[in-house]
Amino acid sequence: MEIGGIIAYLVSLAIAAGIYAIFCMGLNIQWGYTGLFNIGIAGFFCIGAYTTAMITTPAPTGVYAKYVHQLFGFNMPFIFGLLGAAVICGIVAFLIGIPTLKLGEDYLAIATLGIAETFRLVFNNEKWLANGARGLTGLPQPLQKLLEDWFDLAPRYYNYIYLIIVIIIMVLIYMLIERAIRSPWGRVLRAVREDEVSAAMSGKDIFRFKMQSLVFGAMVMGVGGALFAHYTKAISPGMFTPLYGTFIIWVMLIAGGSGNNKGAILGAYVIWTVWIGTQLLTNLLPYTLKARGPYIRFLVIGVLLEVILIWRPQGLLGEEKKVSTMRDKDST
Amino acid sequence: MLEVRHINKSFGGIMAVYDCSLNVEKGSITGLIGPNGAGKTTLFNVITGHYKPDRGEIFFQGHDISGLPPNKIFQKKIYRTFQITREFAQMTVLENLMLMPEAQTGEKIWNTWFRPGSVRRQEGEIEKKALEVLEFVELVDLKDEYAGSLSGGQKKLLELARSMMAEPEMVLLDEPGAGVNPTLMGKLTNNIRKLRDEKKITFLLIEHDMDLVMSLCDPVIVMSEGRKLAEGPPETIQKDERVLEAYLGGQYR
Repeated sequence: MEIGGIIAYLVSLAIAAGIYAIFCMGLNIQWGYTGLFNIGIAGFFCIGAYTTAMITTPAPTGVYAKYVHQLFGFNMPFIFGLLGAAVICGIVAFLIGIPTLKLGEDYLAIATLGIAETFRLVFNNEKWLANGARGLTGLPQPLQKLLEDWFDLAPRYYNYIYLIIVIIIMVLIYMLIERAIRSPWGRVLRAVREDEVSAAMSGKDIFRFKMQSLVFGAMVMGVGGALFAHYTKAISPGMFTPLYGTFIIWVMLIAGGSGNNKGAILGAYVIWTVWIGTQLLTNLLPYTLKARGPYIRFLVIGVLLEVILIWRPQGLLGEEKKVSTMRDKDST
Repeated sequence: MLEVRHINKSFGGIMAVYDCSLNVEKGSITGLIGPNGAGKTTLFNVITGHYKPDRGEIFFQGHDISGLPPNKIFQKKIYRTFQITREFAQMTVLENLMLMPEAQTGEKIWNTWFRPGSVRRQEGEIEKKALEVLEFVELVDLKDEYAGSLSGGQKKLLELARSMMAEPEMVLLDEPGAGVNPTLMGKLTNNIRKLRDEKKITFLLIEHDMDLVMSLCDPVIVMSEGRKLAEGPPETIQKDERVLEAYLGGQYR
């Protein structure tokens, strides 16, 4: 492989890991800080991706409409897709939260897992809303047309631009979350995580804080889903399986450090690199084992998770001791 | 100050609290004693909204508070501590205290983004107050330690410190002395007395350590089998026939 190819490969790795880092930060709000056991990240991933697809693509017309069963399409710019994905995911999280957040954490886990699978299977079977199992294609990529027309940017270099967009959004989300977590709001979340009863006895409306955490986390995940959809340009229900949509994100957060946003980002990059790395390694396997490559990769990730839990349960970067740092400098 | 009227609370077939009525006077340190299973902690849980009473009412400063959820009870300025301390283990001592003040500006998520200045200012004030309180209970050296790593006695002091941060009018203490060594115990009782005298906080406390009850509390209320058995100054309670019978089963007289 020549050098340009290697760089292009690294760029695509960095984009995917950056998008996973956003999911990881969303999960970190819910699990790392509040202790909400969401094992249906794939559901928000899926909703985010489909929402932006419906917002940014035009509804099929003419002959095309005979083959693509897409109910509507607004043909709006990327940014509306991103915001729409966040809003719809927030609403879905709110609806899931109403019945489940007053119960124990196990119920939230069951509900999120079930709903994530339900979304995937509904999109797989419907033939009127978003083209069923064949999915949606032709998602626009932000700024792409503009750069091509004005700067003659070759399509093969577009990924550099997309990487910058992903990084900017990732940093923006990081800053929003950090600010909220290091303030009294985040302190209440951590108190809820530590001891719900005691937090309630300290005058905090725990249902409200849990709901805010669930919704905020889901909105971040929605943005991640939208970024993913515009990166691949085509989505289908098969992409949102529990393995890629939920499990690997949990591994990333646990590896990086639950309760630490820098850890969430680091974990996403480390685990995604390992995941991709194992793909390269399985290619080197002897012919007889090659067919089992994918399963060997799952095994490696599973073993890695065990090793982390035993040797470094707090992750690469654990939670910081002093979290509430938002205060005037002269008064400290 | 606190009026409990004909409270019933049962779990399955067990009547934990049965037709219990009692009053706590403003500015008093009232002791609540009784044999195991008398319903003392259940009564605390009913008062603080942890359980809903099956029957009866609770009035606090003339307002009916029966059946309100715990966070609403807190807003009425009642704070309680637990028999087994319930600190936020993975948070520092300082943050355990800084959590307490009610309705902080920065508890609303959008304020942290759009009004950072006022959140910062308030955080500074809260921290200053928390440090004063830590000074008072002599835990200031441990402010940056995880609350979970404190000793049992220090956790009891932390609970008291947290109750001070909440600026309550009344504090319900569930066995503040359990598992506390004599030195710390002296500190604890002094602090309770000081808080009553200086901050005019009313205390209702469950305790099994009779030395502590007799030296600190006046009046003392005795509960047995889910209801009030006797009430009076410690000296009279000590001699009360019915109380001795409840504790010792009568056969030792």
